[in-house]
Amino acid sequence: MSTRLAKGGRLLDRSKQISFTFNGTRMTGNAGDTLASALLANDQMMMGRSFKYHRPRGVVASGAEEPNALVGLGSGARFEPNQRVTTTELFDGLEAGSQNHWPSLEFDIGAVNSAFARFLPAGFYYKIFKYPQSFWKHVYEPFIRQSAGLGKAPDKDTYDADRYEHFHAFCDVLVIGGGVAGLQAAFAAGRAGAKVIVMEQTAHWGGRAPVDGGTINGGSVDKFVEETVSELEAMPNVTLRLRCMGAGVYDHGYVLGYERLTDHAPQDGLPRHRLWRVRTGQIVTATGAIERPISFAGNDIPGVMLAAAIRDYAVNYGVSVGDRTVVVTSNDDAYRTAIVLKEQGLEVPVVLDARANGGGELADRARALGIRVENGKAIAKVKGGKRVTGVAICAQVGEGAVLEEIACDAVAMSGGWSPVVHLWSHCGGKLIWDAAHCMFCPDGDNPPRGADGNGFVIPAGSANGAMDLAIALADADRAGRDAAKATGHSPARATLPEAEQAAENAIEPVWMMPQGAGIKLRMKAWLDYQNDVKVSDVQLAAQEGFESVEHAKRYTTLGMATDQGKLSNINGLATLAGSLGADIPAVGTTTFRPPYTPISMGAIAGAARGATFQPLRRTPIQEWHEENGAFFEPVGHWRRPYCYLRNGESHGAAVSREINATRGSLGLLDASTLGKIVVKGPDAGKFLDMMYTNMMSTLPVGKCRYGLMCNENGFLMDDGVVVRMAEDTWLCHTTSGGADHVHAHMEEWLQTEWWDWKVYTANVTEQYAQIAVVGPNARKVLEKLGGMDVNAETLPFMQWAEGTLAGIPARIFRISFSGELSYEVAVPASHGRAFWDKVLKAGAEFDVTPYGTEALHVMRAEKGFIMIGDETDGTVIPQDLGLNWAISKKKTDYIGKRGQARSHMTDPTRWKLVGLETVDGSVLPEGAYAVAEGNNANGQRNVQGRVTSTYHSPTLGRGIAMGLVLNGPERMGEQINFPRVDGTPVMAKIVDPVFYDKEGKKQNV
Amino acid sequence: MSNPVNTLGGAKTTGFVTVAEMPPHGMITLRGDFAAAKFKAAVKKAAGAAIPAQRKVAVTDKATLSWMSPDELLLVLPYDKAAATQGALAAELDGTHFLAENVSDARVMFQITGEAALIRELVAKLAPVDMSPEAFAVGDIRRTHLNQIAAAFWLEDDSRLNVVCFRSVARYLFDLLEVSAVKGSEVGLFA
Repeated sequence: MSTRLAKGGRLLDRSKQISFTFNGTRMTGNAGDTLASALLANDQMMMGRSFKYHRPRGVVASGAEEPNALVGLGSGARFEPNQRVTTTELFDGLEAGSQNHWPSLEFDIGAVNSAFARFLPAGFYYKIFKYPQSFWKHVYEPFIRQSAGLGKAPDKDTYDADRYEHFHAFCDVLVIGGGVAGLQAAFAAGRAGAKVIVMEQTAHWGGRAPVDGGTINGGSVDKFVEETVSELEAMPNVTLRLRCMGAGVYDHGYVLGYERLTDHAPQDGLPRHRLWRVRTGQIVTATGAIERPISFAGNDIPGVMLAAAIRDYAVNYGVSVGDRTVVVTSNDDAYRTAIVLKEQGLEVPVVLDARANGGGELADRARALGIRVENGKAIAKVKGGKRVTGVAICAQVGEGAVLEEIACDAVAMSGGWSPVVHLWSHCGGKLIWDAAHCMFCPDGDNPPRGADGNGFVIPAGSANGAMDLAIALADADRAGRDAAKATGHSPARATLPEAEQAAENAIEPVWMMPQGAGIKLRMKAWLDYQNDVKVSDVQLAAQEGFESVEHAKRYTTLGMATDQGKLSNINGLATLAGSLGADIPAVGTTTFRPPYTPISMGAIAGAARGATFQPLRRTPIQEWHEENGAFFEPVGHWRRPYCYLRNGESHGAAVSREINATRGSLGLLDASTLGKIVVKGPDAGKFLDMMYTNMMSTLPVGKCRYGLMCNENGFLMDDGVVVRMAEDTWLCHTTSGGADHVHAHMEEWLQTEWWDWKVYTANVTEQYAQIAVVGPNARKVLEKLGGMDVNAETLPFMQWAEGTLAGIPARIFRISFSGELSYEVAVPASHGRAFWDKVLKAGAEFDVTPYGTEALHVMRAEKGFIMIGDETDGTVIPQDLGLNWAISKKKTDYIGKRGQARSHMTDPTRWKLVGLETVDGSVLPEGAYAVAEGNNANGQRNVQGRVTSTYHSPTLGRGIAMGLVLNGPERMGEQINFPRVDGTPVMAKIVDPVFYDKEGKKQNV
Repeated sequence: MSNPVNTLGGAKTTGFVTVAEMPPHGMITLRGDFAAAKFKAAVKKAAGAAIPAQRKVAVTDKATLSWMSPDELLLVLPYDKAAATQGALAAELDGTHFLAENVSDARVMFQITGEAALIRELVAKLAPVDMSPEAFAVGDIRRTHLNQIAAAFWLEDDSRLNVVCFRSVARYLFDLLEVSAVKGSEVGLFA
């Protein structure tokens, strides 16, 4: 059984007990525990079930590389699936639940899959779930979804209760990894004066060197770590961050760091994760190395663990994984585990060293402690189901004939070490195969390169393949100094700490154990624990022609789980290489992509949630709208009132009421969102003649003109009223959603094409609150407000005036989008609400009625005015809309003119704008198509037109619409059919698009 | 005559620093040829300062003059001086190619006050700007973005930082500053 030892645990505070639950059972751990060490201390070896075969699984590793022990953490709004127990720090009240089992972890129905494992090989889904096609949607997909998957998705009705944030930081040297190599590199760079940030993903400095032993400067590794950290803390140019993982390296020295602020001590209101967005000159990757499992039968049974992980649990947390631990290895490092366990008084029945010649100094030390060491021996298979009960021993060079069986309850395996090259590789750093040490290492000659052609990532320590303590420290010191030099600092000569570590014999590659294992053993030898990929699967993929490592990965799903193959990658590709008879470097690795381990979606979103999810633009009158029943609709980032609801009326009733009141007496519209761009300069007229299809240079000062703006291809982009403010100054009104785009469009042409034209633009949209005072009584209410002459002679239609209205500086534009007598009044935004209130007060006697965008839309449709985004969709030119009157024939050029001359644009069969009146008075469905005779080549019904906007007109008491119809303007009076979705016909008559006041008498009074 | 009102009614919040909406300020966008003697003289007369270098701001007792782009300046001055100054600039520059727009009402100014290092941290949570004292000091201005909106900021002195954004998104910026300045969420990078 696994248990807490009486002594030991360098990270443990035995004085402080912490209570938590696992699958609802209360358990106790200590401060300093990870969830993994606490579970083991409570003899909870089995922690989950595997993805495909639902096999019992226990923890394998002790760090970020853990593939098996994933749990759902928390509950409700704080539930999070697939959390690694090895990187979860224990806190009081922690709730964890195991995943992928039903009905319980101990007894699982899905485990029956395991019995059929030979029928579920690689590519199973591709081969089986193929025919008949119709089965895919209703039979296969639901079945696969039901049986696959690790953690559950959070409840769809809950929202993450926590908040997150970003932080932008800049430095010369970013050191990723706070082990002894990272600290030494930071020290070397920091001493040279570089601005340094060090990120360590765990809660402790020093990495795994303190566990692995050896001495630095004659003292313990812990002492060296403590001293170096305090020296670094004293350097003002060095910043140290614990619980902060270097997640990804990107171009231009951009790095994402993932800082877990309160995961270990949840607190309301404080950010849970902080995403560091760092720009750095140089990156030192001191990311350490990960131990590899060995592929033998039963290597996934709970109790089989990485040798270094068993050592970590003993040394760091005072936890023994088993009473009797068999050690199996291809290198010297695993002897450290045997020695540690023996020294703690635990049994190590045997060390199986697959190498014929065995180990060096450490092996001798193990033997001296009385441990039995067997060279050239291997595990034929592990015995046990939910827990290891023993191992069968064989010769490594044979086929697995059992020589002896040994009872044990844990197996410590070590297939060698792989440098963590992920961050080195993210931006294109290349790897080389170090055959002597059986590992891929960063290729120093081919680092990821920046814009200047120089490398910007420097690997250090064991991440660079330096596995010996002294060599790793020297390597890190070099990395730190190189990084400082590359960022313009002058590092001092190295003063290296002196380190000593036991000398080691060479590793031998053991990709299969035993070497000649038959298919039965290979089918039980796991490569990728999380995705249930075995040696036999990869061999099958190779047999079936998936020779590229990237193809084999996707066919077998090797390395595609949440751990991204941290343990399985090298073993998998070595197996593939073996099957193909190729060299490992010829097969190569799959691509390492960020993030290093999964980071939370919340961290990516940062502050963008709730009120700060997205900037919502507010007009100066927004509060009044909110207080007066406005139902809002999004217009760009604005929220404009669609209508104002009174006394429980429906939206439709509100819109009708607003229209009738406006046409009957007096309406009020907040038009502040309209874009307003000032264009000024000696060449401004010439410039606007290019921007608009019509002539703006000839517009007299004091007058307004409606204009159309097209893009280079001739398509209608925006429209609005242009006002001549002064001899060299125009004010261009744009649509609400188009202001920024139109301004950018203008600036682009000015800056890239007509840079020598003397024109300045300024977007003054937000300077003014603009209020449309509309209806037969509009003039009366402005006269009542007083201060400006607004009579028909002084201020006729399509003119403007400036003055003081109701004591507020104002510009009045006499323009109309409703067909009524209408004044748009612009006042400085900070007087906007005051002006609105004054109009409401003065207009009370006329039953002044604020109206929303829907009333605006209906009134303009009644007048046959087009709406950008309704009548246009990026494929419509002004000629389609019968707007030829607004296209100047006199100008030699304007943006879009050439495009409009193309053959497809001048095609007479382009659909043209007409009005549509349903025969029965109903409202045509939005976006409906008019059908024509026959079918097209795809067997679809031919069409001859479509509805672009459609409304109920309260003015006319019937449905009205506009649409684009084939030869429409020549077919006045003809009836065409716009079938509903259910196929029933709706007949509509083609009419003039102007339904109301065709002569324009009402707006021009 | 009505008085100009604060967009957020003078909103204020205190976390690890204090964020407060400032009363309306006068602001003039001024575009022209920085090399022209007449333009330089007019700027000097209006602001009491020469045209600042790239990403620099000049503070005088008359006004704050900021570099915005190679042909654009921002003049910040008392609200009631804006119209007159705009008129004076127009008169001075008459006959040359320039643009002087009163944008006082288009923007909102917030002031962040408190411990110098913490003011820098708050901004660094939101803007992709090196806020270390070596990289950003009194006399510097950055025209950048704070999360999803355009903004500009400069230090009045070590313990006061002014932030300007468009009026329509003032509520967003205030909320963002408030939630980012929660006590206990200090980063400690500049401390």
